[in-house]
Amino acid sequence: MTLSLWSRISNAVRGERLNREIEEELQSHIDEAIASGRDPKEAHRAFGSALGTREASHSIRAAGWLESLLTDVSFGWRQLCRNKVTSFAAVFSLALGIGSCVAAFRLIDALLWRPLPISNSSNLYVLSRKMTGFEGKPVEDGHWATPDFNLMRDAVKDQADLIAISDAERTDITWFTDDDMEKAHVVYVSGNMFPLFGLEPALGRLLAPADDRAPGASPYAVLSWDYWNHHFGRDPDVLGHSLHIGNQTFQIIGVGPRDFAGTEKGTVTDIFLPLGMNSFANQDSVDWHLTFLMLKPGVNPATAVEPLRQHLSAVHRAFEAECSKCFRGATQASIDRFLNQKLVFYPAGAGISDLQKDYRRYLGVLGLLAALVLLIACTNVANLMTAQAAARAQEMALRISIGAGRRRLVQLILVQSALLALLASVLGAFFAAWSGPFVLSLVNPPDNPARLALPADWRVLFFGFGLIILIVLWLGLLPALRASAVRPVAALKGGGDPHWPRRLMRGAIALQVAFCFLVLFLSSLFVASFQRLQNRPLGFSTDRLLLLETVAGKGQLPVVWNQTAEALRAVPGVNSVAISRWPLLGRIQINSDISINGAPPSPTPAFFLNVSPDWLSTMKISLVSGRDFRPEDTSPGAAIVNETFVKTFFPGQDPIGRSFERGANQPLNKVVGVIPDVPYHNLREPSRAVFYVPFAEINDKSAPRVVDFATFTIHTAQNPLALAGSFRQLIAQSHNGLRVSNITTQLDLVRDQTIRERLIAMLAAFFAAVALLLAGIGLYAVLNYSVLQRRREIGIRMAIGSTRAGIVRIVTLDVFQMIALGGCAGVALGFVAARYVQSLFYQVKATDADMIALPTCAMLLSALVATLPAVLRALRTDPIEILRSE
Amino acid sequence: MAKSDALQGSLDLLVLKILSRRPRLHGYAIMAAIASTSGEVLRAEEGSLYPALYRMEEAGLIRAEWIKKDSGRRARVYELTAAGKKQLGVEESRWESVSLAINRVLREA
Repeated sequence: MTLSLWSRISNAVRGERLNREIEEELQSHIDEAIASGRDPKEAHRAFGSALGTREASHSIRAAGWLESLLTDVSFGWRQLCRNKVTSFAAVFSLALGIGSCVAAFRLIDALLWRPLPISNSSNLYVLSRKMTGFEGKPVEDGHWATPDFNLMRDAVKDQADLIAISDAERTDITWFTDDDMEKAHVVYVSGNMFPLFGLEPALGRLLAPADDRAPGASPYAVLSWDYWNHHFGRDPDVLGHSLHIGNQTFQIIGVGPRDFAGTEKGTVTDIFLPLGMNSFANQDSVDWHLTFLMLKPGVNPATAVEPLRQHLSAVHRAFEAECSKCFRGATQASIDRFLNQKLVFYPAGAGISDLQKDYRRYLGVLGLLAALVLLIACTNVANLMTAQAAARAQEMALRISIGAGRRRLVQLILVQSALLALLASVLGAFFAAWSGPFVLSLVNPPDNPARLALPADWRVLFFGFGLIILIVLWLGLLPALRASAVRPVAALKGGGDPHWPRRLMRGAIALQVAFCFLVLFLSSLFVASFQRLQNRPLGFSTDRLLLLETVAGKGQLPVVWNQTAEALRAVPGVNSVAISRWPLLGRIQINSDISINGAPPSPTPAFFLNVSPDWLSTMKISLVSGRDFRPEDTSPGAAIVNETFVKTFFPGQDPIGRSFERGANQPLNKVVGVIPDVPYHNLREPSRAVFYVPFAEINDKSAPRVVDFATFTIHTAQNPLALAGSFRQLIAQSHNGLRVSNITTQLDLVRDQTIRERLIAMLAAFFAAVALLLAGIGLYAVLNYSVLQRRREIGIRMAIGSTRAGIVRIVTLDVFQMIALGGCAGVALGFVAARYVQSLFYQVKATDADMIALPTCAMLLSALVATLPAVLRALRTDPIEILRSE
Repeated sequence: MAKSDALQGSLDLLVLKILSRRPRLHGYAIMAAIASTSGEVLRAEEGSLYPALYRMEEAGLIRAEWIKKDSGRRARVYELTAAGKKQLGVEESRWESVSLAINRVLREA
């Protein structure tokens, strides 16, 4: 009974001609009526208002078009108002989908795609090198030594400019006295950065190539506009002020342009300093800053990049081969492996940051989940509209038979879906405006939040409009095609094809289930990953452990640090105090070569940490064998190692009493104790060899060495942060040069490790809940509609003695077939998607049985709940009543 | 949906009958003919006449063609097809039996 797709399309196209003919005929009728003496007004009225409008459209075509649109809008609005609950559900679910998509787009665009506010950003590249890492795995490093950078810069200066920019480092800044120390993001840049980026100062002057002339010769600082605004209220007198970092003093010479916040997306740079002012700048073996490359104007990137890369690669290799200090004591094999580097260029017009690297895939997953939820919501609404359109088939038929153009009907339906989409997008815009910054605020630890401009500019608007157009088409196209296929005779007779909308809606159910399953599947993988990571055994306690990260200007002797620890121990409510150079799972990790019995260093280095006696007991780390450090132990001298260290360097031996050197021909360290593996820098890391040495270090003349920073680890009896203020005061009042630079807890450091996983698990769970709810609503609506449609059939079946089970079967069988079909498709999609994000999982595999079982159960459960009302309705059908009413 | 079937059936019958006597009439003429021959008792509304015409055209009972009128406008005129003639016979005999039955009820009840 249904028309072929082709005749539907041709009807829609032919519609206007058809319409003109109908109109012509009716016009001739009216003429005839008037000619035979009928009142012209009365003759017109006989055809009703629809034709009146149509007739008017002949004389003033444009205005008529507008009028018809307005009519449709008001008609569509009345339709929406008539079904308040459905319309509200449709608008709300669409709004959630649109808002999520736009928020995801804002984040992805701001972090990954939006070009930096600089000139020629498309000509900007960043240099990186690929090599084989210590563990034999391929690694990539984007950091370079300044002398190497200088050589490379000079080598290609005819075609390109090289720019050095260090990572934004949270640094202690002092403005006037030592008491008002604070943290700011400091970046060291080569003097050519500001001019090459085409940036103009908001105040004073910016750094210039002349500021690179000699190491330590340009003690000047440029503030970013944002920092100037926040800290100085845009006070122009800031020029000439000085700031202190460690024992260096910098004079403020200018403020950068308003929108430039550095090249590191996600971090707002506060202070720019000249490259040469960092003591690393004249060291051959310290790779510490990024190297950017800006092609000169007029150089064609397509042809210039590869020769440049080869040229730079050769210069860099020569530098590394020259670098004598870099390879002290290493074997030839590891030198060769190290020299085997490949230099690569990446476009850097959108900036470069760790945040981009860390979150690229997470944001991709987020975008995918948001898009899937939007698709589910759209399918829901499309289903609703199909049901409505089916219910209106007779109305449509009447409209066509009295001469409404089919195009006009399509317009009516598209106007209605556009109304829905517009209402939803207004709500969605509010949701996106709130959720984008909210998600961003969860991205980093609270004390160092990620900062990213999220402007609602033409890029976001463009995306939003594109989205709305897609939604309108998706919502309206099928019902519109359906409407254009209405054949007045069949529909007016009450025939038509009753199965057509049901078939369509069943297909939509399968689609919805597939999407919903995909969302559930990915979510359960992310939630399980997060739970396993969070619950992994640590091997140390995080309970009531306060960490006072403390600095001491030019350094203090260990005895001063010990005295301070003693003073802290005397505070009421303190259980124990120990000192380590830096905390576990913090930002710092340092490795060292290990050589056994004077042999060349092993290919695998080990990581280390200086700790005081009692640090193990304060952290509740148990000894496997041997003893803890004693106050008289020094480094070099004694060492405690972990089990992986034993396996790596003393396989099959009792390590207690054996010794190792940190590099060839270094003093011996005797192993006094063994402890289990505890995570050192990263919760996800595989076990790595770690050794612990005493906090008290001595130099080669056995004199104690000064320590310039360390962390007091304090186990308290009560909430540790409650005492933080008094500890800070106590240290400040002792006037021994020590100052607290940061206060945190061991628990927060562990939590900070799982921020990404927590974020994605939280969002994935949210999307899963929404998807499940929407799919449930969709299922309910379709089943309910189909039971209503088949009332007659069900009544007859009951009348001729069908059992209840039989009724349930015919009502639900095809829907559950669709669920099974959609579920299978969802699993297949899930496996494909999981392959791309496998690296984000922790001890979870897509093929784990419970990862598939969980979403399946959730899906089936919500399907049962959603089908129950319709099934009950079917069972309550009263055959007598049905047969009587027909 | 069973709605006003009798009325629709009789409109079809009237149109078929009028076209069988006077072929090639346009819509207004059919309407006028129904009114005049019934002594102004029956009136076909425009809103039901044209749908009925299109329906019968699609069902193949009548066919239509455009003719040029003296005024320069085109008019669409209808005439019976062979199937329409057959249908007219069927409808007429059905009407007769129905009205006979109704008359009998009126007389005897």
